[in-house]
Amino acid sequence: MNLQFTLNGKPWSVDCEPADTLAEVLRNQLNLNGTKVSCEVQVCGACTVLVDNLPVSACTYLAYEARGKNLLTVEGLEKADGTLHPIQQAFIDDFAFQCGYCTPGMIMAAKSLLDENPNPSREEIIHHMDGNICRCTGYVPIVAAIQRAAGMIAKEKKQ
Amino acid sequence: MMPLRKFSIHQPSTVAEASQMLAQYGEKGRLYAGGTELLLAMKHDLLRYEHLVDVKTIPDLNRIELKNGALMIGGSATHRAIERSAIVKQSLPVLAEMETKVANIRVRACGTLGGNLCFAEPHSDPATLLTALGAKAHVQGKAGVRAIAMDKLITGAYETSLAGDELLVGVEIPVLAKNQRAAYLKFQLKERPTLGLALFLELDGDNIKKASAVVGSVSVSPTQSEQANRLLTGTRAQVEKQIGDAAEALANAADPVDDTEGGADYKRHLIGVFLRRAFVKALA
Ligand SMILES: Cc1cc2nc3c(=O)[nH]c(=O)nc-3n(C[C@H](O)[C@H](O)[C@H](O)COP(=O)(O)OP(=O)(O)OC[C@H]3O[C@@H](n4cnc5c(N)ncnc54)[C@H](O)[C@@H]3O)c2cc1C
Ligand code: FES
Ligand code: FES
Repeated sequence: MNLQFTLNGKPWSVDCEPADTLAEVLRNQLNLNGTKVSCEVQVCGACTVLVDNLPVSACTYLAYEARGKNLLTVEGLEKADGTLHPIQQAFIDDFAFQCGYCTPGMIMAAKSLLDENPNPSREEIIHHMDGNICRCTGYVPIVAAIQRAAGMIAKEKKQ
Repeated sequence: MMPLRKFSIHQPSTVAEASQMLAQYGEKGRLYAGGTELLLAMKHDLLRYEHLVDVKTIPDLNRIELKNGALMIGGSATHRAIERSAIVKQSLPVLAEMETKVANIRVRACGTLGGNLCFAEPHSDPATLLTALGAKAHVQGKAGVRAIAMDKLITGAYETSLAGDELLVGVEIPVLAKNQRAAYLKFQLKERPTLGLALFLELDGDNIKKASAVVGSVSVSPTQSEQANRLLTGTRAQVEKQIGDAAEALANAADPVDDTEGGADYKRHLIGVFLRRAFVKALA
């Protein structure tokens, strides 16, 4: 099966099997290992990527579904000059990770929230991030980082 | 990573074509929508199919519209689309609110109402609420089209009354009349709900003329009890006195089971707590 899609802003053409998941194609075929895989049952969110701006679990989302769509993974966030995306910078500034395994998924889930709702309340952040599990941080710094990132993005927009 | 066994994907462009494919592949084929249940079960080798029939390639099967006082929600409408639909929010807010709390953002983005109901996993929020609202499932197969009352659609854990070649085309949900109220509450500790409780009330002035309380997730399928529904009618003061007995009747009918989401005794207790809360919420 041949699939064509846009990935992190560039057009791609990939040959794969109908049974291949998007995580398998990203990690094994395209060597994009930023997307992590942990539970493989839609629960933890480590594998979160955006497809047409919607967050999906790449671990159990067929690559077939990506045909003709616009994909964004954590590798696609930094700017052309290598500066980090405000959400990435905020995660560093707030120490929002320890082992870092959940982080790419957390950042992509946060991106989908802030794209839709640039100024979310604490409750809205918690509701949206509820399906992303972190075994290290206790979540407090993650919520703080998302709040900080919202402020950074608003400031960037004003400039 | 756990790989999936090989299969091929088919892309029907009409319901009739999909139904024909299902008939042709028999036990080796299955409908595939968001895959949030099916692919998990296939990854764990609990289910094996050589042919997946993608319902999403059938145009307009995800439509949401208001027709003759009822919401018509297409089988492949996602939880997210229902949650955010202006039509749903306006005409049946209790449904939109329930949908915001189904699963997580990723499952809501892909998972469909048809997939939720037809997988008949016992911990379904929509099945419980739609039963209380008196919804009907519209299905289509070789034999033609038919409507199934929600309480006849799910016949057990992972079992429905659909024939092998039938698709759930959509769900018809009557919107609430001026004198009708509904509330849905759930209690959840992990990924799936421990309990979902839906309450529908029809009022005549201060009197509750008709009631339908449905409890889901505590046992194999959504349950109601005629006795409980009767105890929930009368004046508000009367019902407040009888609500403990109604909860007991409902718990007896549901016969909660011990599972990973909670023990049977605990679920019985929750039925009492959540029936009271739903009653207050419905009348607020
Ligand atoms: C982590 C997690 C948490 C969840 N939490 C909740 C929760 O809190 N509450 C809740 O209610 N649900 C919950 N769910 C279940 C979720 O709602 C369902 O997974 C989802 O709606 C299934 O839809 P799907 O499109 O992905 O179905 P699929 O996985 O594609 O299909 C499921 C089944 O339905 C059949 N099917 C699909 N479409 C049709 C159709 N139109 N006609 C006939 N048969 C059809 C398929 O053949 C298959 O057997 C959860 C699921 C996960 C993975
Ligand atoms: S690895 Fe995909 S949700 Fe956990
Ligand atoms: S930082 Fe280790 S799991 Fe989140």
